[in-house]
Amino acid sequence: MKTILYLIQKEFLQIFRDKMMLPIIFAIPIMQLLVLSYTATFEIKQIELGIADMDQSVTSADLISRFKASPFYIVSVIKPNYQTLEEQMQKGELEQIIYIPTHFEQDLYKGSEAPIQIITDAINGSAASLMSAYSMKIIGNYNKDFLVKEMMMPKEYINIQTEVSFWYNPDLNYKTFMVPGILVLLVTVIGLFLSALNIVKEKEIGTIEQLNVTPIKKYQFIIGKLLPFWLIAMVDFIIGLLLARFVFMVPMLGSVTMVILVAGVYLILVLGMGLFISTISDTQKQSMFISWFFVMIFILLSGLFTPVENMPVWALWLNIVNPIAYFIEFMRLVLLKGSTLAHVYHLILVIAIYAVVMIGLATWRYRKVA
Amino acid sequence: METIIQINQVYKSYEEIRAISDISVDIQSAELFGFIGPDGAGKSTLFRIMATLLLPDSGEVQMAHLDTIKDYKKLRTKLGYMPGRFSLYQDLTVEENLNFFAGIFKTSVSKNYHLIKDIYQQIEPFKKRKAGDLSGGMKQKLALSCALIHKPEILLLDEPTTGVDAVSRMEFWEMLHKLKTQGITIVVSTPYMDEASLCDRVALMQKGKIMGVDKPQKIVDLFSKHLIGVKAKNMYGLVNKLREYPLCHSAYLFGEWIHFSSEQEVVKNKLQEFLRSKGIYDAQMQNIQPNMEDSFIDLMTQNIIE
Repeated sequence: MKTILYLIQKEFLQIFRDKMMLPIIFAIPIMQLLVLSYTATFEIKQIELGIADMDQSVTSADLISRFKASPFYIVSVIKPNYQTLEEQMQKGELEQIIYIPTHFEQDLYKGSEAPIQIITDAINGSAASLMSAYSMKIIGNYNKDFLVKEMMMPKEYINIQTEVSFWYNPDLNYKTFMVPGILVLLVTVIGLFLSALNIVKEKEIGTIEQLNVTPIKKYQFIIGKLLPFWLIAMVDFIIGLLLARFVFMVPMLGSVTMVILVAGVYLILVLGMGLFISTISDTQKQSMFISWFFVMIFILLSGLFTPVENMPVWALWLNIVNPIAYFIEFMRLVLLKGSTLAHVYHLILVIAIYAVVMIGLATWRYRKVA
Repeated sequence: METIIQINQVYKSYEEIRAISDISVDIQSAELFGFIGPDGAGKSTLFRIMATLLLPDSGEVQMAHLDTIKDYKKLRTKLGYMPGRFSLYQDLTVEENLNFFAGIFKTSVSKNYHLIKDIYQQIEPFKKRKAGDLSGGMKQKLALSCALIHKPEILLLDEPTTGVDAVSRMEFWEMLHKLKTQGITIVVSTPYMDEASLCDRVALMQKGKIMGVDKPQKIVDLFSKHLIGVKAKNMYGLVNKLREYPLCHSAYLFGEWIHFSSEQEVVKNKLQEFLRSKGIYDAQMQNIQPNMEDSFIDLMTQNIIE
């Protein structure tokens, strides 16, 4: 026990002696959480819209006013000319063009079809589908109102009434969705990199030789190495939770205690993985690149930015070994949906087993007799 | 005298490269034993095997009656190992390093202070300084203190004086002699021949093999050739001309003299005459006593011929 304390004391001395380490460990993740949470947005705001109003009628002006009233659109150009608008889109000044042909009003009153064309810049696919969905909805609503008001159609005539309600995140606030995910990401990166670089650093400067000839036991060494980083990552995690609650107003419906406890287990898994990487590499450079490789894959597959369900089947298979995916899902379920232990115990179980496996691997790889 | 280290037919290869082969040595308790040999002779490999850090391909090593493979855990508490490369924590202070190593050996600095007192006192004024900021000589003293703090029975020092200035080297050897009187067996390796004479016994190593084990004086006595010291202004030219002399066995430059050796006794006047005929007129000559290096080179050349 005392041996472990000596090891831990040594680690902390080294961490806090390094003047750059404190900001790296605490200030940078907090800054990242604060900045990234505002920037990683799915909301489409301020769509630059150009309208080619060839009709120049009261009706077309009425429709255009609907777009002007929408908070999602900035109607930047209205011209009876399509050519210049297309050029502007080419330059990136417009994201969407709505083409209202001549005889639009006439066709509507005649009761025949009145086509409108929506052209969307689809470089960013998911944004494009959102933008066109918004536009279709505005036009659809206008159509409905037109039928009722101008064509004297009874309201009941419109058969299917869709009533949409958004559960768990009624305001469609993306921050409540993103903040827990980004927090998971940050503590993962901190934990993985700290531990992945640690043993390999002792290898590089040769101190591992000196440690290896001492009677330190494997388990003492592993605990002495992991505990300091575990504590640091836990402090980071708890600071992050506080920021999420009081700065981003993320609702915390489920048990926060459970979240913290599972985070503790999750961090053992992350640190074990880092330690494992540390034991298989010979230089800090190698260790850094291996860690970075895995972190990149884990992040992109994790469902932080894109829903996991939409990924191809092989990606879903890859996700079986993606610790970040499990923990992000757990966080979102518990914090946003208020899921209880019964709903998430399978996730906890996977995280716990994974943690045991990683620690086992790291211990096995760390051989005292080379 | 009790045998405390038994090295028995040890072999070790790194892939195709044979690092050491057929090494067998017995080292006595409280002996100051030196492994002498040039870089790449396999000294560090042998030390790492003795320190339980490396497994030999075959053969066995008994240290303090414990096997380096089977009983490595018990053995580690009885060993003090100082690797060739400075491997303490450079970002920790002198004091923190010492306390840390005392701590993990489940002892304390105060308990074994008497062992390291002479050495540690010299660096104590700098105990708040980071180990990385110490000079080479002070680093060695700190490393030795850390290797001694748990009162080991055997001290393994792998090239402790490489890269250390001449004064610090002498001080270091004085410290080793003092430690020996405390009953600690000290095994040291060095590429410097002049340090060999400071050991009780030495093993000369070359290309992974031991060429001879004996008291330093005995090894010097093995030198059976006749030796003359020669010097002139143009040393390079002189060496080449000396090697052309029919009776020459070897001619090497040692400091300011060229050591000229021959199987038969060479008459100085005849040699002088030969040199004059080759255009060297300012050659000075004197009889010299062979030293360890002469003997080593002699053994080495014999080895190559064999």
